[in-house]
Amino acid sequence: MPKFDAIIIGGGHNGLVCAAYLARAGRKVLVLERRERVGGAAMTEEVFPGFRFSVFSYVVSLLRPEIIRDLELPRHGLHILPLESTITPLDNGDYLGQWNDHDQNRRELARHSLRDAEAYDEFGLMLHQMARAIKPLLGMAPPDPTSLSIANLSGMAELARHFRGLGDKRFHTLHKLLTMSSADFLDEWFENEALKATKSASGIIGTMLGPRSPGTAYVLLHHYMGELDGVFRAWGFAKGGNGSVSAAIASAAQAAGAEIRCNAAVAKVLISRGRAKGVVLENGDEIRAKLVVSGADPRRTFMQLVGEKHLPDEFVESIQRFRFRGSSAKVNLALGELPDFTCLPADGINGRAHLRGAFSISPSVAYLERAYDDAKYGEISRRPYMDIVIPSMLDPAMAPPGKHVMSIFVQYAPYHVNGGWTDARREALGDAVVDTLAQYAPNVKGAILHRQVVTPADIERIVGLTEGNIFQGELSLQQMFFLRPVPAWARYRTPLAGLYQCGAGTHPGGGVMGASGRNAARAILGAP
Amino acid sequence: MLKTTPFHERTAALCASHAWRRWAGYVVASSYELSHEREYHSIRAAAALFDVSPLYKYAVTGKDAARLLDHVVTRNIQQLAVGQVVYTPWCDANGKVLDDGTVARLGEHSFRMTAAEPNLRWLEDNAGGLDVSIEDVSESLAALSLQGPASRAILGGLDLKYFRLAETRIASIPVTVSRTGYTGDLGYEIWVEKKSALNLWDALIAAGTPHGIMPAGMLALDVARLEAGLMLIDVDYVPARKALIDGQTSSPFELDLGWTVNLKKERFVGRGALAAEAAREPQWRFVGVEIDWDSLERLYAEVGLATRLPAQAWRMSVPIYSGAEQAGYATSGGWSPLLKKYVALAHLRAPYFTPGTELEMEITVEHRRTRALARVVKKPFFDPERKRA
Repeated sequence: MPKFDAIIIGGGHNGLVCAAYLARAGRKVLVLERRERVGGAAMTEEVFPGFRFSVFSYVVSLLRPEIIRDLELPRHGLHILPLESTITPLDNGDYLGQWNDHDQNRRELARHSLRDAEAYDEFGLMLHQMARAIKPLLGMAPPDPTSLSIANLSGMAELARHFRGLGDKRFHTLHKLLTMSSADFLDEWFENEALKATKSASGIIGTMLGPRSPGTAYVLLHHYMGELDGVFRAWGFAKGGNGSVSAAIASAAQAAGAEIRCNAAVAKVLISRGRAKGVVLENGDEIRAKLVVSGADPRRTFMQLVGEKHLPDEFVESIQRFRFRGSSAKVNLALGELPDFTCLPADGINGRAHLRGAFSISPSVAYLERAYDDAKYGEISRRPYMDIVIPSMLDPAMAPPGKHVMSIFVQYAPYHVNGGWTDARREALGDAVVDTLAQYAPNVKGAILHRQVVTPADIERIVGLTEGNIFQGELSLQQMFFLRPVPAWARYRTPLAGLYQCGAGTHPGGGVMGASGRNAARAILGAP
Repeated sequence: MLKTTPFHERTAALCASHAWRRWAGYVVASSYELSHEREYHSIRAAAALFDVSPLYKYAVTGKDAARLLDHVVTRNIQQLAVGQVVYTPWCDANGKVLDDGTVARLGEHSFRMTAAEPNLRWLEDNAGGLDVSIEDVSESLAALSLQGPASRAILGGLDLKYFRLAETRIASIPVTVSRTGYTGDLGYEIWVEKKSALNLWDALIAAGTPHGIMPAGMLALDVARLEAGLMLIDVDYVPARKALIDGQTSSPFELDLGWTVNLKKERFVGRGALAAEAAREPQWRFVGVEIDWDSLERLYAEVGLATRLPAQAWRMSVPIYSGAEQAGYATSGGWSPLLKKYVALAHLRAPYFTPGTELEMEITVEHRRTRALARVVKKPFFDPERKRA
């Protein structure tokens, strides 16, 4: 008899979540992590002495509340600090702010457009209702409408009841969200360019699509999901960086009895007669288990760890067509002083509240679409979209007293850049980002003590995400729900008996959500 | 006219919310920012600065100072070391709680007592025949509470054990610092003469800014003290002096403060009644309750809503049931942003107060009274190692 009930390949947050749920159900679980630490892309590293960075993923927005509760993550050190505002600097020297406080937000929007200030509340209500309509999907294995199995049919019947319950008007809105571009969808609501651009930005994150690409409206909703629970506020920055999310889940998994081995890279899944029997490590060790669960992305799992020869041709073809196309990069800065945005200077202790929120470089939809145009033809955006946070403003322990760390999410930096990624290319990206930022906060250039640029190629090389896609595969409609990662195999199972998937390459997808890991564990444990 | 504290010049300038709360005849900020949320998180993630000047403070000095305090409160004060602080309730002759606060030994014959209610008369009435002087220093002594994981670094790495106190200087201002607070976190309370109050505030803000200090108000404190399972007078219990009927009074045992009752002391106010009560099992206990999320979510889903959570910690009496029986009532509750749990502090009757017991708490959902599953749990809800370390 194998010593383990289940081997989890990859100690990313989904693998750890899956391990924790399996261990809590009494299974003997072994997590194998290739790197020297767990976390995958959710990790914190002291890149420069005294300065700690969430090197890759940098905010928590979608981590499922039930996971936080079930695994008691706060007792294992998780503390999510709210990010409350988004400031969009404008090219005319002004800014557009979005604040958590209703009155403050309305007053600020009214400064730009009285119509938008009014529409904002209705838009929020609509998104809330749409998110409620979609939410039940996140916690379930997605039923396949083409399958006649009992489980699928009852799942479909449940969904049909659910959607019928929405009523005509909301169903129509949902259909629009599923088919329109985020820019078109937002045009129906707002007139201010910066507002539309900043909102549409969440529809393009992690995709090789622009705000005018159809289907992006839904992704906007996907990212709103984290705000659904109102005061629950899972949206924010993890104290200690995103590594502390992974550390908390790992600690919960270990407390439940799971074993975690780092520096244990899996070379192959052991397969005999159509069944996964265990794994072979790169050092040649064989470990057997009743089940193997892969947290790696679909291409890595099936093309590399399993191998085409063990899989049906049609399945291999679908996996090969699964799109990654990483499009985003990170620039992490160690700063000797706070950035001073000319549009909103910091003064006194009360005048720094905006530095505890995000800054979005998205002055207009055209700006974003132009950034996308560059990428469409294989270039880095000359003027990229940037989402900037200063984690040390929320958690001062991220940097030495009085000093700061800045995290800049950058798009577009296509994986398939013309001529490929080189050191020079990486530095050129860093320069483009710093130059763009310096237009809005000129003191930044002189304040940089250290700069780290992480390209999609770096993401792939360091954490093993194919083509550097931060969601383990593009979050675009043709590869979501029952199509993620491939039709007929969206319910965490694979064509091989005993082999499961638990990564973000499965439904419902990425965003440090943990839902894939939890859903996979539930599928393995036979929960409905 | 309401009084303002010695820090008012600074706190008023910062109070963007214009939200103030009354406390012992003073006004203090409910929150400085428009929402108390970030102020709360600063308590747990960086450092928060509270103006706690409205506390009643008494300087008790003289040869018999220890004897007086030992006679009044339930804990042993004679054995208190110089530089030590204790939390303690004090009772009337029937063993019912009058108030709770701290007693600090500043010197062999010098103590400072803090209280939520005026206690000068009570102390004087118990001082008959003793060589002791009692001075109400509530107005002349200002106080700040600096709470949170960064608080030690802000005080320059001050080496002070949990519930100890030291005379020191902050930016050359003479102060007393005690390792105490009302948040259940690493933290200090700083006592300063009124005339130096503003200088102290400025010095702490300057030292704290690189560490992310935030001035924080009472709404943030409400959440932190709930997570810490710390009770509040007039909210979680009625002090015996204000009780209109006997049923409103509570003994320390009923408030989960049995550990503070030192029956080895030969004499103290209420000892007889408390000794008798200690011999039998208490009929009531003050415990923690966790409201089950799935149960709450179902109640809201039934009317088509996403789960609603209280935006602030609440303080009112909410019935708790076991089937058809009323098992007790919650007196404080709210959402813990850190634990992501809805928690409450409750008075429960025997046998319902055993940890793990499943009960139901009344919740009003869309104007309808319903009941959500609630479990009895051990207090405190949140207890980080750094609090004592």
